[in-house]
Order: sequence, then structure tokens, then C-alpha cells
Amino acid sequence: MFEVPGLGDLNVAATLPVTSLVLGTCILLIVDLFVPTDRKHITAWLAALGIGVLLVLALLALGEITEFGDGEEAFSGMFVADAFTDMINVIALITALLGVMVAYNYLERTGIQRGEYYVLLLFATAGVMFMGAAGDLVVVFVALELLSIPLYILSGFRRPQEASEESALKYFLLGAFASGFLVYGIALIYGATGTTNLHDIWQAAGDIVAGHKSGRFLLLGGAGLALVGLGFKVAAVPFHMWTPDVYQGAPTPVVAYMSVAAKAGGFAAMARVLASGLSNFALDPGEAAVWQDTVWLLAILTMLLGNVVAIVQTDLKRLLAYSSIAHAGYILIAVAAAGTAAVADEAVQSVAIYLMAYALTNVGAFAVIVAVERDDATNTGLDSMRGLANARPWLAAAMALFMFSLTGIPLTAGFVGKWFVFKAALAADLIPAAVVGVVTSLVSAFYYLRIVWLMYFEESEVEVSTPWPLAWAIGVASVGTLLLGMLPYILTDMVREITLAFGG
Amino acid sequence: MVPLWMYLVVAAGLFCIGLFGVLTRRNAIAILMSIELMLNAVNINLVAFWRYQTPDKIGGQVFAAFVFVVAAAEAVVGLALILAIYRRRRTVIAEDVDMLKW
Repeated sequence: MFEVPGLGDLNVAATLPVTSLVLGTCILLIVDLFVPTDRKHITAWLAALGIGVLLVLALLALGEITEFGDGEEAFSGMFVADAFTDMINVIALITALLGVMVAYNYLERTGIQRGEYYVLLLFATAGVMFMGAAGDLVVVFVALELLSIPLYILSGFRRPQEASEESALKYFLLGAFASGFLVYGIALIYGATGTTNLHDIWQAAGDIVAGHKSGRFLLLGGAGLALVGLGFKVAAVPFHMWTPDVYQGAPTPVVAYMSVAAKAGGFAAMARVLASGLSNFALDPGEAAVWQDTVWLLAILTMLLGNVVAIVQTDLKRLLAYSSIAHAGYILIAVAAAGTAAVADEAVQSVAIYLMAYALTNVGAFAVIVAVERDDATNTGLDSMRGLANARPWLAAAMALFMFSLTGIPLTAGFVGKWFVFKAALAADLIPAAVVGVVTSLVSAFYYLRIVWLMYFEESEVEVSTPWPLAWAIGVASVGTLLLGMLPYILTDMVREITLAFGG
Repeated sequence: MVPLWMYLVVAAGLFCIGLFGVLTRRNAIAILMSIELMLNAVNINLVAFWRYQTPDKIGGQVFAAFVFVVAAAEAVVGLALILAIYRRRRTVIAEDVDMLKW
């Protein structure tokens, strides 16, 4: 009754970077049992080593020096190994490597150096990579959970500290609620199109738009609910309520990793589902996709709320939480632009560029907070930055660079990201979204540059600890931010091959 | 035979009951149960669509199985988190867990 494909037809080699990560992580979980409790740094080293090897493989695949497997499809279309997959792999692995480096000493000094931390971090990374490679809605759903469930646990990793437990519970309840919406939306899309494969959904949506097939409202409802579910994951307004609490309560290295990984995964899934599977789902043939207006309205709301509320924050982690909401808004503009068929490729490329720039900058900024945070999780207020430039000029310079990059000042990676996003928005005729984007970027300068002001023009005693893994993480992030900002063609070269829309 | 839309109405009703529960219950375990209701509504949808539209392909049924497994994994993590909070604060009322401001 049902056909079973043979092992040879699955094209397993094409999934090599992510499948070897999953297998390696399972092995690490077992190896960790035999590592004595006082020497858990061995687990960290093994995790970092594995990520490093895979990062090299992913970069080779991205640079088209080697190709794994033959063709872009694996597991009968469930897994897609194209340029977008390679790019998301690189972003996820860089974030994971920096995440391990940032966490290493923090876990040691706060007494939570447990091997599970690294294992969970690697599983979440695999979730991001699967999301970038999803060719089927089942994979989108399972990968989203593979990303989310480890993050719930990591948020509560500083048990029995109350703030950490509380943030984990809030994240869990709202995250599970959101995945309920996502999967209900997926079920409706399945009902309307009769398939969960994104390419088949694209074909069925074409038939529905042309009027050969019924199910238009079912598909519309499904797309809307899926957008709600993914909007929760990337912290878009009005689904952002969990973000500030979770970012403030969770251990800082977790936030450094989570703020980027959850966004990269959520936007990768959004790009796959909307810009690929439902790219031709318009009310009339030849028009822009039906979800475009909704997405750019969400983008405007997200940018406004994130940037305005960030101004009044006094806690650095909370401030960066609202900043991350605002940045979700900028990326949403690019997602909306992908609804216009003519600029779809450019828009998806700008999503990838923005995510890469954001990954380096944001992990770096949180790493600086890790450096000033005390062992009892205090001293994360704005005051902790006061007078940093006198005591630690290099650390202050790195933090200033990250703040410039988040604002989007030229010669930093953040500027390159914003440039391409706004360019895609203008090409897709989304003038209001682009205007709000530029204006809110100016507003954001107020709170980002206030941190720079505190560091350079005020005096105070500072206590900072930057052991070498943390210092290296900050160094790598700041060199990356500067390099991508000064040589933007590195980024444009990386994303040049990305195209998500199905042709013909 | 029972028409497809009846199944869809039952599923939508179940989803709304779950949604209402999440938004109104104060007990974290009750919220978790309401989320499970939402996921079960999804399963009714998936299996009904599978049976009525593409009974010759196994996709919908397999998806329903995936939803079970993920729901179980979520419940494990969720109950563990609730237990950890209960041990310290002797409460599972979500509103009482309010050290961080909303």
C-alpha cells in the first residue's frame, strides 16, 4: 500500500553536517557520564571541537569547495540541502561555538558546570540547522521543538535560583502555547493542500489561486496560525510578552546563545514556509503574496514597540531583550519583501545577511554582560557599564563596537544588514515599513549610545572578569562585526546563491 | 458517513476550549493540560484530513504520531520545571511566580 524508499535513495550524505551533529551529540551525552564531576570542562572541549570540525565542513559546503551527497533533496524531499541551508548551518555553528566559549567560565564560577549544558546547546543547534533545511512542514515542526525544548531547560539551568526557574516556566508555557498555534496552522495547510511537502504545497497553492482547487480560506487560516506560532518564536509584537522576562531571568550565556539561535531558527522556518512554500499564495494571480501586508504591519509594530520601550529600561539584559524584539522587526521587513515575486531572492538573501550580522554582534554584546555580571547574577544594570573605558579600554571598545553595530552605524556589520533589508523593502515597494525602519533606527541610537556614553564619560569603580575563552569570544565577535562591516562583499558572496522560490 | 466538516468543528471547538483554558487558568498544570487539548485538536484535524483527502498516502497519520511524541516530550520538560518551582515556592499558581515583572 505504501512505498518505502531504499536507503540508497535517501541521499543521506547531503544531510552530513546536521546528522553528524546529532549523532555526535548523542555520543557526547554518553561520554559525559564518564567524565568526573570536577572535570566537566572536558565535555565543553569536546563540544567545541565537534562544532569547530562541523563549522569547517559547513564553510566548505557554503563556499562550494565540497558538496555533500548529490542534488539538493534528501529523504524524499523532507530535507533540502541548498545554499540557504549552508548559510543557516554556518550561522548556527558560529553561534554555538561562541555560546560554548561564553558559557565556559560562567558555569565554572557560578557552580553549574554540568555536561548537560553543552549537550542541550548542541541539540538546540541541530534544531536550528534542521529548520534551515526543512523541505516539509513535519520537519519545520519537529525542528522547532528540537530547538525550543533544550532552550526551555537551559533557561532554567541555574536552578535553584528563582529568576532562572521562573523564566524557564514562562518561556515553556508561552512556547508550548505558540507551538500549538503553529501545528494547528500546519494541520489546516495540510487540509487545504493535501500534503505537507513544501514543493507540493507550492503547486497546490498555485492551483488554489488559479481557481482549479478549493480550500482558499482553509489555506489562509493555516498560513495565519502558522505565522502566529513562528511570530512567538522570533518575538514579534504582539507575541513578544515572554522575551523581556526570559532574557532577564535566564543565565546570561544562555541568553547570548538563545537570542540568536531562536531568531535564526524562527526566521529560517518563516523563510521556508512563507517565502518558499506559500510564495505564490495570492488573492489574485500575479499579485504579491497574501501574507505580505500582515507581515509588514507586524514589522512596523515590532520595530516601534521594541525601540520605544527599550529607552526606559535600566537593566542591560532587559534592554537587549527589547532591542532583540526591535531587530526581529527589521528582519520581518525583509520577510515581507519576499512576498513580491520579483525581489524574493534579494529579500531572502538580506534575511540571511542580517542574521549573520546579528549573530556576531548580539552574542558579543551579551558576552560583555557576562564579563561584568557577578556570581550571584547581579550587576547587570546600566550602571555596570559606568567607567568601563578607564578600567578595561579594550572591553569597552568592543562593547562600543557592538552598540554601534546594533544601531546600524556604517563600517559595522549591523549597518550592512540594515542596508540590504531596507534595499529589499524599497525594491518591493514597502515604503512605509522602510521609513519606520530608518526612523526607529535613529531612536535606537539614543539607548545604544547612552551605554557608550556611560562607559566613556562617567567614572565609577568596575569589577570585571574576562578569562580567556570569554575574551576570545568577545574578540572573535568584534573582529567579525568589524570585518563584515568593512568588507560587505564577504556577506554578499556568502548569500549570492540563495534562492528559495520554486521556479516554473 | 460523517462528513469532514463535523470533525473539523469538533477539532476547532477543542482547540478553543484549550485556548480558553490557557488564557484563564491560574494553575500551571491546568495550563499545561489546556495546551495538550490544543495539540489533540490538531491530531483530530490531521487524521480527519488524512482519512478524507489522501487516504493512500501515510503523511497525515505519521504527522499525528509526531505530534504525540512532541507533546509527550513537552509534558516531561514542563512538569519537571513546575516541580522544580513547587519545591522552592510551594505553589504552582502561575500568577504567584512573578518575581520578574511582565
